Parts: sequence; C-alpha cells; structure tokens
Amino acid sequence: MAEVIWGLATSHVPSIGAAMDRGKTDDPNWKALFDGYAPARAWLAEHRPDVAIVVYNDHANGIDLDFVPTFGLGTAERYEVADEGFGRRPVPDVVGHPELSLHLVESLVDEEFDLTVFQELQVDHGFTVPLSVWTPDPGDQWPCPVIPLLVNVIQYPQPTAARCYALGRALGRAIRSYPEDITVGVLGTGGMSHQLAGARAGFINPDFDHMWMETIRTDPARLARLTREELITQAGSEGIELIMWLVMRGAMDEQVTEVHSDYFVPASNTAAGIALFDNRPPSA
Amino acid sequence: MTRAPVRERGTTAMSTDAGPGRRDLPGTPVFDGDSSRRGLRMNKLFMSLRHADARQRFLADEAAYCREFGLTAEQERAVLGRDWQAMIDLGGSIFYVYKLAMIDGRSMQYLGGVFTGMGEEDFLAAMRAGGRRDG
Repeated sequence: MAEVIWGLATSHVPSIGAAMDRGKTDDPNWKALFDGYAPARAWLAEHRPDVAIVVYNDHANGIDLDFVPTFGLGTAERYEVADEGFGRRPVPDVVGHPELSLHLVESLVDEEFDLTVFQELQVDHGFTVPLSVWTPDPGDQWPCPVIPLLVNVIQYPQPTAARCYALGRALGRAIRSYPEDITVGVLGTGGMSHQLAGARAGFINPDFDHMWMETIRTDPARLARLTREELITQAGSEGIELIMWLVMRGAMDEQVTEVHSDYFVPASNTAAGIALFDNRPPSA
Repeated sequence: MTRAPVRERGTTAMSTDAGPGRRDLPGTPVFDGDSSRRGLRMNKLFMSLRHADARQRFLADEAAYCREFGLTAEQERAVLGRDWQAMIDLGGSIFYVYKLAMIDGRSMQYLGGVFTGMGEEDFLAAMRAGGRRDG
C-alpha cells in the first residue's frame, strides 16, 4: 500500500517564485522568508517521496471562468508550466503519475467526491511556487512525479472548510488503498491571511495565522468548522485559500510531528506561512 | 432575474439575494456567481492577455479589442481609463484584472494603493510594517 510520509503547507505567492527566478533571495526584503524555508528544504531533500500531490488553485491560467470545477484532479503524464502573461517561469514542466491519479479518481468518486478530471492542464504559480519552496534548484526535473488536485477558491461559493477536510480524509484512504508500496508527499498551498482588492486590501491577521498554524497540527477538525464568512473576515477575501491546507492535513494521520514552521510578512501583499509535518509514526 | 443594484464602491458583491449566512463585509469585494456573470466578457478579455500576440493587438487598438470581446460601455470605459476599482465593481476578478495591470507594468502593491486610496508607496510601507489591520 502507498503511504503519506509528509505534508507540507506553504503559501504560493507568485512573487516568491519571482524572487527566486530573479536571484533576489538575499535581498533584505526577502532574505528572512528564504532563511525560514531552509530547515524544511534540508529535511525534504532527505525524504524524497515517490510521488507528490499538490493541492492548489489556478489563477486564470490553466482554466478560465467558463468552467469552475469545485474540485479537480489531473490524470496527465505531463503538465506544462503556464505563461501567466509575463513569460513562463524558468522551471521544469511537471511529470505526472497517471496510474495513481486514476486510482485516486476512482476511489474518491466511490466516496462520493465527484471530481472534475483534467487530461490536459497547464499549471501556474499556485502549483510551481510550492514546488520551488520544496526544491529551489530542481535542475531539469522536479524530485518526483507530481499530481495536481485543484480546489476552487477564487469564485464564491468556495467549498466549505469541512468539505475540504473530508476530501483530505478520503484522499488519505485512497492513497493507502493504492496497491503499490510507494511513498507520497502531500502539499497544501495558499494563504495565509491576505486580501488583494477593496478598501480592506493589505489586511493581515497574524493572530489568526498563528492560531491556524498551531491548530492545523493539533485539531484540524476545529478549523474545518469555520464558515466561509468567518474565514473571509478573519483571513481576508483571498486568505480563504487556507482551506486547501485542510485537504493536505486530512490526508495525514491524526497525530503528526511538526518538523518545521515559519511565518513571514509580507510576501507581496500576503502573510507567507510554511509548515512541514512528518506523518510517519515517531520512532521509539 | 433582477439586476444587481449599484453598490457603494469597494463594498462586497455579496449583497444581492443574500442567503443564509451571507453578509456584507465592508471594503471586501467577494467575487461570486453574480459578479462572474456580469464580468464574464471582461474577464475573458483579461484571460486572453496571457498570449503575447493578444497583448500586441490589445495595445494597438484597445477600444476595438474591447468591442471584439463584447464588453459593456461601462466596462470598456473602465478598461480604457484604467479605473481599477470600476473593473472590480463591474465583475472583474482580481486575478484576471491583474493581467491588465501587468501589461502596464503595475504591481499588486500599486493596485493595493489604488483600492485603499493610500497610493503605492504608503501601501507598500504599510505591508512592510506588517500589513494592515481592521479598525
């Protein structure tokens, strides 16, 4: 059976990728963010999974508003990196894992999560920035095949936090029922608090973010009870992206061990958080 | 289907047909199904700007490009005049509107300065000081 060995929660702000692509990681406005990634990156480099699943949202690059799937899963062999309007990021295209994807689709649909299936999908910063947070210098390929799991967070009504957590729990069961003995890493992306438009633009809520960072480990079911309105009020209109962390967390065991976490303001207009959890039983 | 009422600028787009649990949050536009319906043609225009040849055609004759996509007169005025708040009010999604801002070489901090009325420099300073708070 397949096993989830770690979960990584991280913001996916495009400027984080841009800072890396333009060699600005030692710039005074960025250095603390990247220093905060270093312990997670070092641990992840020692714990390469066979496959990774990135829970993310598209931002008008791979899909538009003709179709707004609440949840979607990629089943392709390859995912091209999108040109978002300023040239594509200089990072490798993504190799998929169609066999695991198809198993996940079947298992999740059997559990009544009726996912949209993508056989062709360009991935944007929501997907590639978390991969860069994990692996800053991938060379010509990412460390392993990666599967995209899409969540609509940009058009109301977004799925509830509870539904995202339930999807994550079903995702965990689906992974564990895969017949091959492979290891899986799951990335939950987006957040933390931020708001891009309106008179409240620039809103950041460190108290809420710190509560979320702690509770995602200790009691995710409590976070899953937050309503959309509570999330938008507490975390800002785009901070609702945090529901994608609950998909990642749901796929993990009840007890997880925090490897590293860090918090940084601002990455562009956003509070950037990273939290890495080891899902393997603690060694005696 | 009734048309969405004109709203105070910068307030939420959630005020129409408010169902259970839905309420306005001041200064917080929420891109919902009604916004998406109103803004569809304009958002499609923004989406097209991912392609270099489309960006060139747009810049060569912005009004013609707007007509090609079937924008309303109000939306066309907002796009041509770079009225960022109006674009949001007329159904633009911030992630789509941002594609136009990128053509102009504008950052999300610039837009933040516009939406808040603070100006880019003060907005950026507020972010670097830890971000803005309610109240």
